[in-house]
Amino acid sequence: MSSTVLERTTTTARLPRSHGYWGPAVVLAIFALIIPQIHSDYLFDAILTPFLAISLAALGLNLLTGYAGQVSLGSAAFMAVGAFAGYNFLLRVPGLPLLGGFALAGLTAATIGIVFGLPSLRLRGFYLAVSTLATQFFVQWALTNISWFSNDDTSGVISPPAMHIGSLSLESPVRRYLLCLGVVAVLTFLAMRLVSGQTGRSLIAIRDSELAARVLGVKVLRTKLFIFAVSSFYIGVAGALWSFAYLRTVEPDGFDLDRSFEILFVIIIGGLASIRGAFLGAAFIVVLPLLLSRLGATILGPGFDSGLVDLVQKIILGALIIVFLRVEPAGLSALLARLRFPARSEQ
Amino acid sequence: MRISKRLAPLARRTAVAAALAFAAVAPLAGAHAAQPEQYFPLQSYRVGPYAAGGTGFFGGFIDYMNLINIRDGGVNGVKLTWDECETQYIVERGVECYERQKTHVPGPSAWNPLSVGIAYAMIDGVTADRVPLITIDHGRTDSTDGAVFPYVFPLLMNPYSESSGIINFIGSRLGGDAKLAGKSIVVLYHGSPYGRETVPIYKLLAAKYGFTVKQIEVPAPGTEQESEWLTIRRISPDYVVLRGWGVMNPVALKTAQKVGFPADHIIGNVWSNSEEDVIPAGDAAKGYIALTTQATGTTYPVVQQIEKVVYGAGKGNLADKSRIGSVYHNLGIVNGILNVEAIRIAQARFGDRTLTGDEVRWGFEHLQLDPARVKALGAEGLFHSINVTCSNHEGDGYVTFQQWDGAKWVRISDWIAPDWALLRPIIEASANKYASEHNITPRDCTKETVASN
Repeated sequence: MSSTVLERTTTTARLPRSHGYWGPAVVLAIFALIIPQIHSDYLFDAILTPFLAISLAALGLNLLTGYAGQVSLGSAAFMAVGAFAGYNFLLRVPGLPLLGGFALAGLTAATIGIVFGLPSLRLRGFYLAVSTLATQFFVQWALTNISWFSNDDTSGVISPPAMHIGSLSLESPVRRYLLCLGVVAVLTFLAMRLVSGQTGRSLIAIRDSELAARVLGVKVLRTKLFIFAVSSFYIGVAGALWSFAYLRTVEPDGFDLDRSFEILFVIIIGGLASIRGAFLGAAFIVVLPLLLSRLGATILGPGFDSGLVDLVQKIILGALIIVFLRVEPAGLSALLARLRFPARSEQ
Repeated sequence: MRISKRLAPLARRTAVAAALAFAAVAPLAGAHAAQPEQYFPLQSYRVGPYAAGGTGFFGGFIDYMNLINIRDGGVNGVKLTWDECETQYIVERGVECYERQKTHVPGPSAWNPLSVGIAYAMIDGVTADRVPLITIDHGRTDSTDGAVFPYVFPLLMNPYSESSGIINFIGSRLGGDAKLAGKSIVVLYHGSPYGRETVPIYKLLAAKYGFTVKQIEVPAPGTEQESEWLTIRRISPDYVVLRGWGVMNPVALKTAQKVGFPADHIIGNVWSNSEEDVIPAGDAAKGYIALTTQATGTTYPVVQQIEKVVYGAGKGNLADKSRIGSVYHNLGIVNGILNVEAIRIAQARFGDRTLTGDEVRWGFEHLQLDPARVKALGAEGLFHSINVTCSNHEGDGYVTFQQWDGAKWVRISDWIAPDWALLRPIIEASANKYASEHNITPRDCTKETVASN
C-alpha cells in the first residue's frame, strides 16, 4: 500500500512542467512541415490520419481514466456520437462551417458524457466500467434503430459530405491529414494546459483518494462531471475525424466494444496519466500492425497466404505487448522517460 | 547552303543520340510488352468469423484466374495477376488495403472486396480513381443505377432482386402469389449494413402482396439468438426468411430446431446458402431451403477443368479439395468468369493490352453473356446469364433455390426472374437522392465516354 502511494507521489510531483512545450512543438513542426513533403497517399490516408484520430480519442480517455481514475468502456460510443452528430449537424444546418460541425459534434458527445458520467458519482473501479458499458450498448442501439440519425439510409451507413474550410477543399489526403493534425494539435495543447494546472491536480487527487481530495477542498462531484464532459468532447471530435477524414463513411458497427477496448489498450500501453502516452500507444496499436503486415507481405511475396501472415502478425504484436509491459509496466511513455533520463529513474 | 552544312554534324549527333537512347529504352519497352498484365487487388479475408466465405470465394476467383493463365496463357496473351491483403471483413482494414493496393503498377482492373461495409467506404475513392468496384450478389442496391454510380456494379443480383425472388418463391410454394395475402413472414437479418439493406423492400413487398412482415435484427456476428427465436415462436409465422452471414446461419438453424420451427419453412438468402452454413447445424439443417445465383457441385465443365488443370498442377487455392464446387467456391468462379469476360469484352474494343480501370469499367458495362455464351464458357447450368448496361449495373441475373438433404444441396426450382419492373423506380429514387446529397450530376447513358486514366 505505502509503495503505491509513494509511486503516485513521484508521478504527481513531476506533473506541472512549465517548460514542457519545446519537445511537443518540435514534433509538431516535423509533422506539420516536413512530413507533408512526402508524396505518398498511403502514408496519409492509411497510417497518419487514423493514427491522429485514435490518438485524440486516447488522449480524451486518458484525461478521464489516466488522470481522474474513472475507468470507462464507452469510448467507442462517444466516437459514434461525435461522428453521427457531426454528420447530422453538417447535413441539416445549412452553411455550418466544417470546424463548427466538429465543435458541435464534440459538445453533443460532452452532453451525453455528462449524462452517462452521473453513475461515477456513486460507482468506482470495475463497477463504473460496467456501467459505462451501458453507454456502449445504448448508443449503438439508438444509432442503429432510429433511422433519423442516418438520414433514413436503408443500410444505416452514411457518407459525410465533401469537406471544405471556406473555399479551400479538403479532398486530398495531405489536406485531410493537416486538418486532423491541426485539430489534434490545438486540443492537445489545451489538454496539456488543463492537466498542468489546478484542474490536473484536482483530478489526480480524486484518482488517488477521493476522501482526501474532498478533505482538501476539491469539489469532487463537479470535477468528475467536468472531466467526463471534457473527455467525451475529445473522443467525440476524434470520432468525427475518424469518420470524416479517414473512413469517409459512418456506420454504428464501426464503433463497437472492440474499439472501446482498443482505445483503453492504447492508454494502458502508452502510459496512463501522460499526454504523450496516448500518441505512443496509438502508434503501437494502430501503426505497428500495419507495418508488420506490410513487412510480412514484402518478405513473403504476393502469393503467400495472407490469412497466415495476419495470424503471425497478431502473435508478434501480442508478444511485444507482454515484453513492453514487463520491461515497463507504466507504459511506453515511462519507458521513453527512462531511456532519456536513466539516472533519474533509478532514484 | 552553309547553314545546312554547319547543321549537318549536329543533326548527325542528334540522330546517334536518339538511336542510342532508343536502343537503351527499347529492350525495356519490349520486355514490358512481352508480358502485359491485368492486375486484380484482392481484399480477402481468410481469418476471422467470416473466413469460410472469404476462403471459398477468393479461392474460386483465384482458381479461375489460374485456369485462364495456365490453359489460355492469360486473356488474349495478357496475364492475370493479383495479390491479397487481409481485411478480416473489417471496414478500416479494407480501406487500408485499398490505399495499399491502389498504388500497384499497372493499376487495379477492378475491386472485389466482398463486403458491403468496405464497398461503401470505397465508393468515393474508386469513383475518383475511375476503377470499377464489383459487389457480386450484394452491395448498395441503388448502385444498380449506373447513371449515378458509374463505377459500382452489384453484378448478377442486388439485394432488392434477391428479396423479390424469395417472395416470388414463397408465393409459388403456397400455390401462387395471390395466396401470399394474409400470410405472415419474419425476416431475420444480420445486424450490419448488409443485413439492413432490404428492410424497406420487404415492407414494400408486404404491402404489395398483402402479407404481414416482421423484421428482426440479430446483433452481429449472431452467435446468440435465443430471444429472437422465442419471438418468432410467439409470432409463429408461415415462413422465416434468413438473411444471415457467417456463423449466424448455423446458430439460427439450431435455435430454430430448439424452438420447434420447421427447417423447410426457413428460406435462406444468398449469404446463408453455403455448405459452411448448414454442416455445422447438423440435423437441424435438413430440409432447409436457400436461394442461390449459381448452382452447386462439380458437374460443370469449367469446375471440372479447374479441378483437372489447376489442382492437377498443384496450384489450387483451396486447402481442402473437398470444397471444390461448394457454394462459395462456385460463386468465386462465377465472379472470375464475369471479371475475365469484362476484360475480354473491353479488349475487343481497346486492344489486347493492359487496360486502364476506366476501360475495364466500359467492359463491365457491355458485359452481356447470353445462355449460349455461358455454355461456351463451360458454365451452363452454373449460372443463367447476365446483361449489364450503362443504366443497369446489376445485369438482370436469375435466381434459383436449393434444399439441403443432409449431405448436399439439391436444386428444387427453375431459374426465377425477380420482379425488376417493380424494383426499378425505387432504385432510381434512391440513387437520385444519393446524387442530390453528394452533388452528383447523373451521366447521360446514351453517350459513352472512356477516360484513359
